[in-house]
Amino acid sequence: MDKNLVCIVCPIGCRLKVTGTADDLNVSGNICKKGIAYAHDEITNPMRMVCTTVKIKGGIHSVIPVKTDKPIPEKYKLEVVKAVNSIELTSPVKMGDIIISNLFETGVNIVAERDM
Amino acid sequence: MYDVAIIGAGVIGTAIARELSRYNLKIVILDKENDVSVGTSKANSGIIHAGFDPEENTLMAKLNEEGNKMFDTISEELSVPFKRNGSLVVAFDDEQLEHINKLKQRGINNGIPGLKILSKEELLKKEKSISQEAKGALFAETAGIIDPMLLTISFMENAVMNGAEYFLNFEVKSIKKEDGNYRVASQNNSVIAKYVINAAGVFADKIHDMVAEPAFKINTRRGQYFLLDKEEGKVISSTLFPCPSKIGKGILVAPTIHGNVILGPASDDIPEREDVGTTEEILNKARTGARLLIPKITTRNNIRNFSGMRAEPSTDDFIIKEAAGAPNFIDVAGIKSPGLTAAPAISLYVVSILKEKGLALNKKESFNPIVKRKFFIEMTEEEQSVLIKKNSLYGRIICRCENITEGDIVDAISRKPGATTMDGVKRRCRAGMGRCQGGFCGPKVQQIIARELNKPLEEIVLEKKLSYILTGKSK
Amino acid sequence: MEKYDIVIIGGGPAGLGAAIEAKKQGITKVLVIERDIELGGILQQCIHNGFGLHIFNEELTGPEYAQRFIDMAREENIDILLDTIVISISKDKKIKAMNTTGVLNIEAKAIVLAMGCREKTRSSIAIPGDRPAGVFTAGAAQRYINIEGYMVGKKVIVLGAGDIGMIMARRIVLEGGEVLAVLARGSIVKGLTRNIVQCLDHYNIPLLYNHNITKITGKERVESVTVAQTDEKKEVIPGTEKVYECDTVLLSVGLIPENELSRIAGIEIDRKTSGPFVNESMETSIPGIFACGNVVHVHDVVDFVTEESRRAGANAARFVKGEKSESESMNTIVSGGITYCVPHRIRYSAMPDKLDLFMRVENKYDKATIVINNQGNELVRFKKTNLTPGEMIKQSVKKSLFEKAKGDIEITLEVGGSK
Repeated sequence: MDKNLVCIVCPIGCRLKVTGTADDLNVSGNICKKGIAYAHDEITNPMRMVCTTVKIKGGIHSVIPVKTDKPIPEKYKLEVVKAVNSIELTSPVKMGDIIISNLFETGVNIVAERDM
Repeated sequence: MYDVAIIGAGVIGTAIARELSRYNLKIVILDKENDVSVGTSKANSGIIHAGFDPEENTLMAKLNEEGNKMFDTISEELSVPFKRNGSLVVAFDDEQLEHINKLKQRGINNGIPGLKILSKEELLKKEKSISQEAKGALFAETAGIIDPMLLTISFMENAVMNGAEYFLNFEVKSIKKEDGNYRVASQNNSVIAKYVINAAGVFADKIHDMVAEPAFKINTRRGQYFLLDKEEGKVISSTLFPCPSKIGKGILVAPTIHGNVILGPASDDIPEREDVGTTEEILNKARTGARLLIPKITTRNNIRNFSGMRAEPSTDDFIIKEAAGAPNFIDVAGIKSPGLTAAPAISLYVVSILKEKGLALNKKESFNPIVKRKFFIEMTEEEQSVLIKKNSLYGRIICRCENITEGDIVDAISRKPGATTMDGVKRRCRAGMGRCQGGFCGPKVQQIIARELNKPLEEIVLEKKLSYILTGKSK
Repeated sequence: MEKYDIVIIGGGPAGLGAAIEAKKQGITKVLVIERDIELGGILQQCIHNGFGLHIFNEELTGPEYAQRFIDMAREENIDILLDTIVISISKDKKIKAMNTTGVLNIEAKAIVLAMGCREKTRSSIAIPGDRPAGVFTAGAAQRYINIEGYMVGKKVIVLGAGDIGMIMARRIVLEGGEVLAVLARGSIVKGLTRNIVQCLDHYNIPLLYNHNITKITGKERVESVTVAQTDEKKEVIPGTEKVYECDTVLLSVGLIPENELSRIAGIEIDRKTSGPFVNESMETSIPGIFACGNVVHVHDVVDFVTEESRRAGANAARFVKGEKSESESMNTIVSGGITYCVPHRIRYSAMPDKLDLFMRVENKYDKATIVINNQGNELVRFKKTNLTPGEMIKQSVKKSLFEKAKGDIEITLEVGGSK
């Protein structure tokens, strides 16, 4: 394998060079060790954070932002939004409140991004 | 049954409506759009011309001269900001110097006061940014600047205050003679009137042809503009014109009444009468033209490009008369520049024609010529404090570029005819007219309109019926 | 007239960062004036993740980042005026503001400007054509979708590969819309590289380099746009025009610091950043008026805004306490491909042990060296890789390097490998 990736873990966007095999990856170009983990996931099982909104009653806005509390397998990225679109919350909600737990049996929760 | 039906709620139609509302008459104004002042009246230079341009002894010359004089009173009565900032026609060579002298003489013949030829030194002293290549200029002290949209809206509002009725979204499809009157019909509505005024702007020939033999044609000339940020506002104080040519007054650079700078119009003749798009080629001409007058001007601080249609009559003069073969049907057509300036004089002229044709004019005692309007930002601090105490919505600034409060916006919506669209609000109180062009305040203005009109947010449009902004709730 | 030690104008990340720091430095009367109905500024609509890695060492979303600062501000008992707009400020630090209770006149010993920035519009790049509904700045669309809960269109073209443009392209796809393409107006993308990957590549959204919109068509709502290729001078190449049927155009064509209030106060503005000239303490040309965040220069990373704001807040506190710097100002003068450096001025005695210089470059450089000179002497050099105009450079410099410096500090770029 000889792949160039851009690490998306933080805004620095390290240009990673990945060589070796899936079992024995050699990653270079990373500033921090998060880059190695990213490259590993990206090659074997790409994961994505998904952020969207959910309807809310009684808040200062009519929707509240929510996110996956950790990355979810890439194949679910559009499904996450569909899954939360039918939900309607009622104020008050606190940052970190779990909106849906263990979505698609992935162990990933959907949590509120703010108080409202 | 109406005494008078006016087709077209542009500056001409509304000025006539206001003038007629002084009398005991039943009048109605019809317009095909969902608001007033959405055609030529919203997209022009906003200049009140002195009156030296029109050829002697034309209707245009007479009405320009008369109209100009009326603006001090009108702007006062209708609370429309107006300023006589003076205009300069700049000459760059001997031939043009000769031409501005001719213009001066023509102006004198037209009865225009306050004309003066400035030497190069006098000119550069007056306007410091002007091109060093300039050789002299014709100064006209009576020229002014105005907000043409607010003028039109205020004519309308005053007419309506004084009893005039109106139908918007009323596109005239046919006009039929019926028992000596006229039935003016749209797709699904009609009105009957003894007299009809055709003030349909770029469509005046089509309206005329519904009741009379074709007598004239309206060609459309599109003028394209730049509107610059107020940061550029100090670059000039007078309105600057190049020497005029056969096709018009040329590309001007002028301050606007609100402190911006306007460049244009650069023109092209196009067949599609409502194609108010802009093109790179013509905009470049506007920019180049402006730089001849003010070399250092840049469009870096452009906040809006727009274009407007001019109704060019196939005759060379305004057409204001009864249509042949259609008694009591009065054309007010081909009102190109200086139409805005002439508008109040045109309204008097039309009323005199109606009188001549037998319309009984009895003064209405209750006529109130005053439209009161003061934006929050124009008030003293004491007035502001009192107003906020009375109505707390005036304490919330929505448009932060122009400092327009929620109270101002609600006022714009609740007047008659009130704003129902984003652009309707903008034309009435300038929310969204500033440098961010509604980027910040757009969503808030839309919410205020929806709330005041009790409509769902997604039904509030930008301007015309189908100009929807949102496609629905996201979830 | 109400009196405060420090008044902060703007309750976004910059304003909150400055306020909290000022309070921590022992200033008791601190007021934040925010025009929106809540704190957090633009972060509240940036619901995507990617914030906070430097400051919190974890990856937060915009609202989460904002919430942390809002909570800190509450803990510090900072006075906050919401739904309140500042109309004017004066050289002698008198503030006129208003809200639904009336006109407020406030006197401050120090002011911190943190008004942020605004988006460039269609007009600032003069796209010809019709003027229908359906043309939005990316940030306005973001507000509609993420705060108001409304969709702005179904078939979208994004002009400008700025961060918000790319993030909104992804957001529209997530909400069921279609993004036909993101057009970069040159060969360099202004946004962060990671956004090309995670917003566009991961969602199969085409990114077209060297393309521009030449015409918008649609009498009432956008019906189509004409897109053309551009050459290296960004001029349209005739014959390359292609029409895309769409109902929406999003513009991500740049941000400009919002300095209307600064101008009213008579603060000197740098034409390059469109923000105030500031010194090492984030103080503007008017003593006691400080500025931080996007009102000074447009940042791409909020953590840098926070760091800058803490500096502004701490120095505003020092000013209130009467601490003064006696040393002369040295201007930072940039050349050789560096477009600007903040701070613009440095006073040796007021420098912290390590001072962060924020810079941008005008081109893409794989390898380059930042060299800092003073009066013909090289003070220091820093090797850099992968410099791009879209990514701000943060370079920390030691105070000790400037001990003997006088006059201008010259900062230049040597392109290519090391000498």
